[in-house]
Amino acid sequence: MAHHTNREADITHDPGTVLSARNVVKRFGALTVLDGVSLDVHRQEVVVMIGRSGSGKTTFLRCLNHLESIDSGEVLVNGRRVGYREETDQPVEESPSKIAVARRNIGFVFQHFNLFAHLSALDNITAAPIKVLGLPKNEAQERARDLLKRVGLADKADARPSTLSGGEKQRVAIARALAMRPELMLFDEPTSALDPEMVGEVLAVMKELATEGMTMIVVSHEMSFARSVADRLVMFDSGHIVEQGPPERLITAPQHDRTRSFLRLLTDGA
Amino acid sequence: MILDAGTGVTFDWSFFWGHILEPSSAWLTGLWRTIYISVISQALGVVLGFLITIVRRSRLAPLRAVGSFYVWVVRGTPLLVQLVLVYNGLAATGIYKFSDITVGDVTVLGVVQAAILTLAVHEGAYMSEIIRASLDAVDHGQIEAAAALGMTPSLTMRIIHIPQAVRIVIPPLGNEFNLMMKNTTLLSVIGLQEMFLTAQDINSTTFKTFEIFAVAGCYYLFLTTVWGFVQRGIERKLGDPSMRVPRQSALTRLTGIGSRSTVRVEH
Repeated sequence: MAHHTNREADITHDPGTVLSARNVVKRFGALTVLDGVSLDVHRQEVVVMIGRSGSGKTTFLRCLNHLESIDSGEVLVNGRRVGYREETDQPVEESPSKIAVARRNIGFVFQHFNLFAHLSALDNITAAPIKVLGLPKNEAQERARDLLKRVGLADKADARPSTLSGGEKQRVAIARALAMRPELMLFDEPTSALDPEMVGEVLAVMKELATEGMTMIVVSHEMSFARSVADRLVMFDSGHIVEQGPPERLITAPQHDRTRSFLRLLTDGA
Repeated sequence: MILDAGTGVTFDWSFFWGHILEPSSAWLTGLWRTIYISVISQALGVVLGFLITIVRRSRLAPLRAVGSFYVWVVRGTPLLVQLVLVYNGLAATGIYKFSDITVGDVTVLGVVQAAILTLAVHEGAYMSEIIRASLDAVDHGQIEAAAALGMTPSLTMRIIHIPQAVRIVIPPLGNEFNLMMKNTTLLSVIGLQEMFLTAQDINSTTFKTFEIFAVAGCYYLFLTTVWGFVQRGIERKLGDPSMRVPRQSALTRLTGIGSRSTVRVEH
């Protein structure tokens, strides 16, 4: 019975592991972008993923909540498959509504914010809690106002996205993701579309989130953030994880040539 | 007839103004038909166009093929041919004859049913293209963000996609309705007594050809002008007021608001 297997999977699943990706393969046509990537992330862990553009880190992040389909392997969040049926050996894609349910638990913050242009900051945050979780409107608004206060935008509740600065937009986007009370937050280069003076305010919010114990996977080249916040740095190259470890060790004593040359590139660019 | 240079130009001004200012009841009936047939056909055309768009975005290939076939055939044949086929053609072959339907006090003429059906089907094909383009114009990143928040595709369509596409759809929709009102003149061919056929009747009894069709022209111009104001009002209401300051050019392109003032400031 399918249900039986699910329950067994839950029992064998290590409760300390929030995310478990096993041998994820992703191809775009003839191009293999992810060539069997595996990664376990523990509760309250902050993982920062680095690598050249085209190394597969962003694609991998997008596979974790099924914004991209995968060709083989599996992604488990809290021991449950994301995007694919549980009982099959070959990946069979879930129905859109089941995929949507799996995503409730996973917050995603985009490089280009992707706020809903026709809604105020407050309505951006309350939309999913009301329509997806069925939260009463006043409760959702209360939650949203608390979150806006936390990201330092209490006075921007009624503002339209077009009137906000890049840094403000990204903080609203983080609040919007947090309003679903996810167990895992994914950040795709959250500061790379920002003017330099706005990077700090977004990183500060993320840092606080990490301090509060949120499990986070961040694609970012902000090395000072990685140094001070990340528990683990993961280096991608050509669709593989070539090296990973505590940020301090990876930065000061990289084992792999690719890591060494990439870090040199980063410091030269700065 | 040979043109007689000695006769000079005659234009019966009193006939012209008489028909403009004091239209006959037959004229007003024609005007009313022009208006309600346009409105109902356009409304049905929008609904049909939306359904066709959904069908054409379906995950099922046969459904997509049906939608594309519909648009291909309807856009590829003249409205006049479609009208004659539906009203006269179907009846002539014995497939279906449109007959008058009475509901309560209201009688809907068979020819009116055929007219509304054909205009709506015709308009549906064009609206489907317009709605498709408007949905595609909504920033894909927002659709992804909705998905990432656990929204299903249909919920995303309802609360994120459609509200933004509506703003984009209004200007071309206004264009379509303008065309629709003028296209009702074609209904004269299937004998529907709308404003143009009424003008033709008056012409055949009075021979005031220029005068009566000038009157008809003025009435259509009046209808399209009134609609122009209504459309602008709708656009103003749907437009995002906060977008005016930072993105005036985009707003102007989208809604027409600010286009006049911008030009004048520069002059």
